[in-house]
Amino acid sequence: MKFDTPATTNPIDQLKIIGKSTDRIDGPHKTSGLATYAYEHHDVAPSPVYGFVIGAAIAKGRITSMDTSKALAAPGVLAIVTAANAGKLGKGRFNTAKLLGGPEIEHYHQAIAVVVAETFEQARAAASLVKVDYARAQGRFDLAQAKPGATRPKDSADAVVGDFATAFAAAPVQLDETYVTPDQSHAMMEPHASIAIWNGDKLTLWTSNQMIAWSVGDVAQTLGIPKANVRLVSPFIGGGFGGKLFVRADAILAALGARAARRPVKLALTRPLIFNNTTHRPATIQRIRLGATKEGKLTAIGHGTWSGDLEGGGPEDAVQQTRLLYAGANRLMTTRLAVLDLPEGNAMRAPGEAPGLMALEVAMDELAEKLGIDPVALRILNDTQVDPEKPERPFSQRQLIQCLRTGADRFGWAKRRAPAQTRDGRWLVGVGVAAAFRNNLTMTSAARVRLDKDGVVTVETDMTDIGTGSYTIIAQTAAEMMGVPLSQVSVKLGDSSFPVSSGSGGQWGGNSSTAGVYAACVKLREAVAQKLGFDPSLAKFADSQVSAGGRSLPLAQAAGKAGLTAEDKMEYGDLAKTHQQSTFGAHFVEVGVDAATGEIRVRRMLAVCAAGRILNPKSARSQVIGAMTMGVGGALMEELVVDKRLGFFVNHDLAGYEVPVHADIPHQEVIFLDETDPMSSPMKAKGVGELGICGVAAAVANAVHNATGVRVRHYPVTLDKLLDRLPRVA
Amino acid sequence: MKAFTYERVRSPAEAAAAARKPGAKFIAGGTNLLDLMKLQIETPRHLIDVNGLALDKIDKTPDGGLRIGALVRNTDLAADKRVRRDYAVLSRALLAGASGQLRNKATTAGNLLQRTRCPYFYDTNMPCNKRMPGAGCSAIGGFTRSHAVLGTSEACIATHPSDMAVAMRALGAEVETVKPDGAVRTIPIADFHRLPGATPHLETALAPGELITAVTLPKPIGGVHIYQKVRDRASYAFALVSVAAIVQRDGSGRVAVGGVAHKPWRVEAAEAQLRRGAKPTADLLLSGAKTTPDNAYKLTLVERTLGAVLAQARA
Amino acid sequence: MPPIETPSISRRCLVAAGAASAAATASPLAATAASNADAPVLAKVSFEINGKPQTLELDTRTTLLDALREHLKLTGTKKGCDHGQCGACTVIVEGRRINSCLSLAVMHEGDRVTTIEGLGAPDRLHPMQAAFVKHDGYQCGYCTPGQICSAVAVLDEIKAGIPSHVSADLTASPEVSGEELRERMSGNICRCGAYSNIVEAITEVAGRTA
Repeated sequence: MKFDTPATTNPIDQLKIIGKSTDRIDGPHKTSGLATYAYEHHDVAPSPVYGFVIGAAIAKGRITSMDTSKALAAPGVLAIVTAANAGKLGKGRFNTAKLLGGPEIEHYHQAIAVVVAETFEQARAAASLVKVDYARAQGRFDLAQAKPGATRPKDSADAVVGDFATAFAAAPVQLDETYVTPDQSHAMMEPHASIAIWNGDKLTLWTSNQMIAWSVGDVAQTLGIPKANVRLVSPFIGGGFGGKLFVRADAILAALGARAARRPVKLALTRPLIFNNTTHRPATIQRIRLGATKEGKLTAIGHGTWSGDLEGGGPEDAVQQTRLLYAGANRLMTTRLAVLDLPEGNAMRAPGEAPGLMALEVAMDELAEKLGIDPVALRILNDTQVDPEKPERPFSQRQLIQCLRTGADRFGWAKRRAPAQTRDGRWLVGVGVAAAFRNNLTMTSAARVRLDKDGVVTVETDMTDIGTGSYTIIAQTAAEMMGVPLSQVSVKLGDSSFPVSSGSGGQWGGNSSTAGVYAACVKLREAVAQKLGFDPSLAKFADSQVSAGGRSLPLAQAAGKAGLTAEDKMEYGDLAKTHQQSTFGAHFVEVGVDAATGEIRVRRMLAVCAAGRILNPKSARSQVIGAMTMGVGGALMEELVVDKRLGFFVNHDLAGYEVPVHADIPHQEVIFLDETDPMSSPMKAKGVGELGICGVAAAVANAVHNATGVRVRHYPVTLDKLLDRLPRVA
Repeated sequence: MKAFTYERVRSPAEAAAAARKPGAKFIAGGTNLLDLMKLQIETPRHLIDVNGLALDKIDKTPDGGLRIGALVRNTDLAADKRVRRDYAVLSRALLAGASGQLRNKATTAGNLLQRTRCPYFYDTNMPCNKRMPGAGCSAIGGFTRSHAVLGTSEACIATHPSDMAVAMRALGAEVETVKPDGAVRTIPIADFHRLPGATPHLETALAPGELITAVTLPKPIGGVHIYQKVRDRASYAFALVSVAAIVQRDGSGRVAVGGVAHKPWRVEAAEAQLRRGAKPTADLLLSGAKTTPDNAYKLTLVERTLGAVLAQARA
Repeated sequence: MPPIETPSISRRCLVAAGAASAAATASPLAATAASNADAPVLAKVSFEINGKPQTLELDTRTTLLDALREHLKLTGTKKGCDHGQCGACTVIVEGRRINSCLSLAVMHEGDRVTTIEGLGAPDRLHPMQAAFVKHDGYQCGYCTPGQICSAVAVLDEIKAGIPSHVSADLTASPEVSGEELRERMSGNICRCGAYSNIVEAITEVAGRTA
């Protein structure tokens, strides 16, 4: 099915099941410990052997010698695979550095060997017996130092509208500031893990992966085997946030280890390895220049961003939102990329927008202060309903102003006072606001639906549920389409033997995967109607019955003994070209800053989101509060600290890389504005999982400024950056 | 983790005998030891499980203090009614540390013996004089935001991570031990942790095979007890700095500071300044501090935290 | 019908097949090394897991967590960090919650251990499990068993009068408040960020059982 004209009324609009707050159908399994994650498939691998991955001890250079003899002789050891004995390996389309390094080392903790042994304890102990000698090479580890040599990435054109330089120079009110965002880690709770089983030349990987079809391709390409010989299974994923979009060392080394040991191999990356071995959100340096009239109308918007990555890697495109968020006749956006020899940078929840808004929305706060205009009013004043670079392209829906107004009302924004004016005991109290913006992407997605003789509808698609609630919204979609209760729907996900879906990433999964299920269900409805002798265009599907023209038959009757199966995919036409599809929101945050110690604690949080139809308000709300939590982390504590001498992230465990804990997060409130977007898909939905993080950190930083009068432009905002400017203590 | 043999001992004599075995190490809660064994920072070849020793009681001492068995869990020590009433600074320090799960396992002796959380110490690819004497210190010149500003050396700038020990230092606790030959001794808490000097791998005053049996607290001294721990994250994080204070009605008192050295930092001469306020006290307390650009904030932070603590004590 | 295909978990007592391949002596009280210094040392441990007596012969290096996950195939207890930094491995031993990753299995001789599987099953959820479903107190689900085990233990700790870092008065009995729950639950990290919902779920259960 092709979606190339705006959606009209369809069965989803009945909203009998879609749009209702629905407990997750996988909830009882998850809460009783029976949901099975990658490392836990004892049913398929009842007596596996264990792999343990060794990471490179240097950031850049060469292995000069590797002695595995002691390790090979250690008890229980079955095989050790290194680049020297792995055979010829390719590199996945989505990988920058090799997943098995050596002799060249591209980054710290790049995998250089896997030790396979009878038990985990034996594999781990033997790994320490592998003796590796290195020759270190000079590396580039400091973004600030590399910035002057950064270049425009191949696929990135500067966005130029009007004459920025002249307009900025002429603007009566100017802001020119530089902001720094650090490298961040996904730090999902489930480590990257895989079980590999070879059956002849066919490989099955039980793994933890967001994008099944991409990763089948990359596993095949890396191992040099046909795609048809690779099966990936990933029914439950213990968090991804972009860190499991791609095949990583766990999958490849499990496969190589299993081939070498001729046994099923399971392995998980150890937590201290994950931070440097896998991908991360790259640090940015961002210069923002805003020129405005005295009334606060933006006349010039300039945003330049610099980030680094390994040779052949990509930039953190932190100017994306600035191209679309505010009106302004003269615009200049530039993205520059430096080569760094740090671990591989890549997507993390709302890549581009998340760090971009950390800078832009603080800049807007600073401009508001300069202008003496309320920050909410400034944003409203500069709203645009069209793509500022192509005014002929309207937004499909854009309720930014409504988000800001609704939020301001609910939050009590009007009570906001000037900076450093509000005190509650030991706490300096402040509030902050930021706009949220994230583009909506639609991806081709297919599904297979089957109706059986008991009237049960089974959906199969290689879509993944990374905590987003895919199981549930897909079941809701099928139930709504086929007119059956939720309990009559069974959903099977995350298996590459199922039709190829959009996968989970870029907040496209919810809308795209359900649209694919919609397409398959439309086909199944046609087949059912035909079988029962109804006109497909008139048949109504409700209460497990099919009816038209006064006649009504049980849905199950159409299935017969053999069952009835339909498969289709949803593809997209040009609507995303003619209309800009984005999601919008506003974040409001209240913080307290300890007047003596500078410790920052979040006291209140509110998000207002406009993101198309909300398919399941319960799980969508969870997506947003979770993203808000990660935003608090980004604002206040998360930073992969680079040792610029040695070229690695120093704080590479969960004690050193702090993410928010319960005590950091107050009760959170989320409001979804009523919206349907007929340009996005027949579901009329868009994504929320990334919108929720966009702007949060800036709202927190702005609240800290409102509490203390101190402006911090270098994330995370930690107490040591405030101390010298806090009020005197007796 | 290296393979090890394992035995449970039932008496201090058994423990002492077992401690003579090569590569022997005592294990109680195990929350730090196992963490380090997994990384092969600790590589015992024989583990002596001391949990069967009856050292899990808190008893009154003849002079009105408390004798805390080495195996008393952090949760139980913090929750003990006498500790909450008479040594609140100790309860507060314990409750500010780790997590509920860890406090349920971690013991009094183990808390004292936990090792630094320096990230370079934890990464066995990095030279570290604690792990391998003479290898060099990779923290110096690296990321040092959490590192020590007092009592450091050219060889090591690690801090000791315990909260409990900081409160014990303010309380003037003593550590009771037994040596493999059966000899018992008492070590003042002030002398228990060692500063790095040229031998950062020697972290405490314990001799090889010496077992902590108890920590004793002198009789209560009254006063307002405060433990203020400063950290980025609101819970489940090590201290950037912490202040344990016992302040008397007349404004005199005791102060020990954590997160600044490889031992709880207490300077009796500084305490004489307490009535004059935080600044003169901190000036003396922190005299001789050596900072890096990353951790220089700790000096300001100690002074300001002390100021807040004194204000709270007055209130 | 169950909406999702999930393989049933075998609760049979299983002895490690792999570990048994190396020879060593084992006794309940002492395990001694074979001549090869690197050879695994085996030791026997008997304990009660979710009400069932179990005896395993294990490499002494095996943590309680790996004994549960790999040897007893009770994979509800999760390995998030293996270093006591996340709480995903939380189980209840002798009524107290601990990090099973930082505890050797052989040190639990005679202990009663409750894991998430022992609290309830999909068709008979423990009130805390049901409240997590109702309040959407999870997303990816990986930290969830640890959160639930911790939550059950936290309510017991409050009932037992154990104070916390945020208890205003150390000598008074602690209350069930949002602030208390947040502090006490802080040893369980949820990167998906379900904290706000988790506290609501626990609060509801506390109200029901109070």
